[in-house]
Amino acid sequence: METIKLIVFLPLLAAMIAGLGNRMIGNVAAKAVTTAALFISCALSWPIFLSFLGGHAEAHVVPVLDFIRSGDLNVQWSLRVDTLTAVMLVVVTSVSSLVHLYSWGYMSEDPSQPRFFAYLSLFTFAMLMLVTADSLVQMFFGWEGVGLASYLLIGFWYHKPSANAAAIKAFVVNRVGDFGFSLGIFGVFLVFGTVSIPAILEAAPGYAGSTIGFLGYRIDTITLLCILLFIGAMGKSAQLGLHTWLPDAMEGPTPVSALIHAATMVTAGVFMVCRLSPLFELSETATTLVTYVGAATALFAATVGTTQTDIKRVIAYSTCSQLGYMFFAAGTGAYGAAMFHLFTHAFFKALLFLGAGSVIHAMHHEQDMRYYGGLRKHIPLTFWAMMAGTLAITGVGVAGVFGFAGFYSKDAIIEAAFASGTESGGFAFGVAVFAALLTSFYSWRLMFLTFFGKPRWSQSEHIQHAAHDAHGHDDHAHGHDDHHAHAHDDDGTLGYHPHESPLPMLVPLIVLTVGAIFAGYFFHDAFIGAETGGEFWKGSLAFNEHLMHEMHGVPELVKLSATIVMLIGLAVAWLAYIKDTTIPARFTATFPGIYQFLLNKWYWDELYNLIFVKPSLWLGRFLWKKGDEGTIDRFGPHGAAEVVLQGSRVAARFQSGYLSSYAFVMLLGLVGLATWAMTR
Amino acid sequence: MSFPILSTMILLPVVAAFLTIFLSANAARWTALATTLALFVLGIVLWQAYDIGGPQWQFVEQAPIFGQKFSWALGIDGIALMLIVLSVFLMPICILASWDSVQKRVPEYMAAFLLMEAFMIGVFAAQDMFLFYIFFEAGLIPMYLIIGIWGGADRIKASYKFFLYTLIGSLVMLVAMLWMAREAGTSDIPTLLQYNFPVEAQTWLWFAFFASFAVKMPMWPVHTWLPDAHVQAPTAGSVILAGVLLKMGGYGFIRFSLPMFPEASASLVWVVFGMSMVAVVYTSLVALVQTDMKKLIAYSSVAHMAFVTIGLFAFNRQGIEGALIVMLAHGLVSGALFLCVGVIYDRLHTREIARYGGLANNMPYYALFFLFFTMASVGLPGLANFVGEFLALVGAYEANTWVAAVAATGIILGAAYMLWLYRRVAFGTAAGEDTASMGDITAREWLTLAPIAAATIWMGVYPESFIAPMRNDVTAILARIEHAAPQSDSNLKMGDPKTLAKAHEAAHGEAH
Repeated sequence: METIKLIVFLPLLAAMIAGLGNRMIGNVAAKAVTTAALFISCALSWPIFLSFLGGHAEAHVVPVLDFIRSGDLNVQWSLRVDTLTAVMLVVVTSVSSLVHLYSWGYMSEDPSQPRFFAYLSLFTFAMLMLVTADSLVQMFFGWEGVGLASYLLIGFWYHKPSANAAAIKAFVVNRVGDFGFSLGIFGVFLVFGTVSIPAILEAAPGYAGSTIGFLGYRIDTITLLCILLFIGAMGKSAQLGLHTWLPDAMEGPTPVSALIHAATMVTAGVFMVCRLSPLFELSETATTLVTYVGAATALFAATVGTTQTDIKRVIAYSTCSQLGYMFFAAGTGAYGAAMFHLFTHAFFKALLFLGAGSVIHAMHHEQDMRYYGGLRKHIPLTFWAMMAGTLAITGVGVAGVFGFAGFYSKDAIIEAAFASGTESGGFAFGVAVFAALLTSFYSWRLMFLTFFGKPRWSQSEHIQHAAHDAHGHDDHAHGHDDHHAHAHDDDGTLGYHPHESPLPMLVPLIVLTVGAIFAGYFFHDAFIGAETGGEFWKGSLAFNEHLMHEMHGVPELVKLSATIVMLIGLAVAWLAYIKDTTIPARFTATFPGIYQFLLNKWYWDELYNLIFVKPSLWLGRFLWKKGDEGTIDRFGPHGAAEVVLQGSRVAARFQSGYLSSYAFVMLLGLVGLATWAMTR
Repeated sequence: MSFPILSTMILLPVVAAFLTIFLSANAARWTALATTLALFVLGIVLWQAYDIGGPQWQFVEQAPIFGQKFSWALGIDGIALMLIVLSVFLMPICILASWDSVQKRVPEYMAAFLLMEAFMIGVFAAQDMFLFYIFFEAGLIPMYLIIGIWGGADRIKASYKFFLYTLIGSLVMLVAMLWMAREAGTSDIPTLLQYNFPVEAQTWLWFAFFASFAVKMPMWPVHTWLPDAHVQAPTAGSVILAGVLLKMGGYGFIRFSLPMFPEASASLVWVVFGMSMVAVVYTSLVALVQTDMKKLIAYSSVAHMAFVTIGLFAFNRQGIEGALIVMLAHGLVSGALFLCVGVIYDRLHTREIARYGGLANNMPYYALFFLFFTMASVGLPGLANFVGEFLALVGAYEANTWVAAVAATGIILGAAYMLWLYRRVAFGTAAGEDTASMGDITAREWLTLAPIAAATIWMGVYPESFIAPMRNDVTAILARIEHAAPQSDSNLKMGDPKTLAKAHEAAHGEAH
């Protein structure tokens, strides 16, 4: 049995045991089975990655089973292993196994832990099927599978209406993307007569310049296919227009946000574009579109991230923004850089989310940063872990010496955008630098609000309850007032002492901290080195050596731009949240329009509600009442019924009356038939 | 001639039906279960003995009644085989589902179901056009009784609507059949399949058959009988209605309309596409606002059946094979969804969605099954519906991009209404004390749901088992219709060689 089969199917097996066994096998068994399966998968994945890194592994495909065969359409269940897959394998299994471990601590008080762990493992299985797909159909299988797991995990606390709404929204918005993805697959099959990815990429250059009809238009074939497939990527990776589900997805438990909505699933779109990069490279229109959409998303999400007060939402918008970076990197042709950022981002963003989870755990489920403050001394390990994550995402480092993970990958993206020399690349460069400033600002804002300054916990209802319970007061209403009064005496803590998280939560934080610090330094040569990259990727994506060379030749100011804006962002955040904490309030008072616009996330949700949700429901009701009942039934069967009722006097027993008339008509038919048959 | 297995499968339930009428309620239940299980075994035998790649028609039986014009002619191809297997698979499940919930006139109820089964097998096995017609029509009578006697409060109206729609459609079809038999000089279906009807006559013949099959499907706008019939029918009635009766329309299209009138089918393809496209969007939107569970699933059935018609009239292999798989998959999944509704209806006696909620708490395994079938219904890959819908849409895209694009909106709307239904039933908080105290599924209910779940996974992961027997029959149909296939609107035009060479160079250059 090939290792890759074990890697992929162990999590499925574990998910089935934990999910079906559920309350019968108990919490510990379910958790142990799933976590062990993931650690085994992870342990088996790293050697594969390292052998590709060492250059002594060849891409290969392991067949599993026939899937769909219909004429020329021949789809197999099979597992593809190449460099691109190997990168995703280690990302997925590493983060997933750490998140499994983390959840032992984070979910320890939840009544339905087997279900949670089963979902996590199910997700991992689907994600692994996605990244090992050799055909678009199997990729779509993984694609929808992770969508299902995401839906289940966002709505994990199903008694909460907000969680249910967010889960449905995530699934349906993703379905809009899948609408494009599936049309793309249909188109691919029509054009190439196959859905096998290598066969498509092989045949694609032959179709350059060809045109095809679509909805009455005549379009360049490759452009059409790329755009349709990219719509799918936009949905899964929450790009502008189809991003609305991602912030709401934070309703799920925090380990889920770290695994699915930061490190792995949301990067599936980037992975897809990279996997199909030779196809995208054939259409300038498509790559330009990818660049603009990515850049617009990076900018949009970063602006919104500056105003959010929920710690998880800030990180969610940050994720959305970073995904935008990955996309415009791909759009400008720097697929290696896109994958590299995906790789480093997985570590530092999972770290930030798990760190946030540790904070939330310590703060008794309070997620509003306005009620944090001064946590540095109480949960030092979490603080330092998140500090590493922040240094990584803001891209701290000195060229040629050392840098945190994001320093290498983000700078590469910014430089590649500049070096591409296209109009869209130039736009992306400008946006990327500005968004990097915002990234630095909102990341440090998060750090300062959470860990620095004075405790502001007393206004938090969660902390009030916690402190209240701890003091053993029985009279709730009375107790509330009591503590508000206390709040002013005891420096805003209400006497509540946050505790550092238990070991199962700290170990993943430490491991990911290592990743956030060193992932960039150790791997940048392989992923984006002009000389070494081609060797590493081995054609599993369209590695542009020329562009990677150009990157090094960009002006010094361009190279330094990311670092400069990072420092500006840090300075502004320090000024506003440490030095003079009245600045934010004064700013919002001076520019209420901008503030409201950003706080309300550019009003996308309101817009969609107005133009899609409400009209759909209205139309549904209209078609039902006026269409089915008011028109079809009225002039059809009910109208006929009236006529029948008026004309005949079968009032007593409808059913037997109609039955006999029915039988009578059939009899007539038979008699007619017999007569005709015999007289001929 | 070997053992007349098809005649046995038709006559056995008829005999059992007459027997059960004279039995006590409990004996009737057991007799019905034993009979349907025996038929299921025979169905498996049939599937095993069917020679894939062998003659097109197998297990052929022939006993003349009126000479050439009307005979007891039976025989099946792969398509009929799979639909028979579906019928005999669902039938024991229906009997089990009615075990406790039907207490009124049990022997008659069981007899009606057994007769129903005989007629269903008859429809798919008939090789004589008039024999087909008799089974096709006769099947309505037990269903009419099941709705009219064992149905809900408003059953009279529903059974009336059901009757009126189907009767009017069928009468026109009978006229067309009479004309065809006179023209071709035979009522033998395999012979008729090779007969070239004059192109001018094909149009009206096509419409005559269409009137009957479109109602059966049901296609928009002749679908309004279905929600009412489902709402009023007892659970098992809904299962058979959705699982098998609706498939008779699709079977009719593929057995008669397409191969017998290929030119008319090609020129009228827009009638079918137009109605199907409207159906997907229209009924999905209507499903979105339903407050009655059964009505919601009934409307979703109409949308799913539109994929069948779209696939069948795509005039290509993927489309037709996809449509056939959708028919089988929908038979399993919508049947199971109606069973799921039945499970909670038996406990709370209401179909109002608002009366449920939070069932994941007190009925975890029920919630799991319901989720499973909800996901199957929205076309999650790896489960049965996806394979069919995917192939049908691949075929549709080859035929016409508009049709594929409009039909594919169904995957968005389908997710919306099904998940919204599931959320209101299984998630959130219970609507009342009675809802919260409902017990999880019983062993009997496990027996009804688990086999369908297993079949759904099988068809979703390895559909080859189900496509393989039908492949040659699709080839035969394609041979009849392909010459008439309408022009696709994709019409790929290759680029000029110069740009091609440039692109090659670019691709080549990058590789270094």
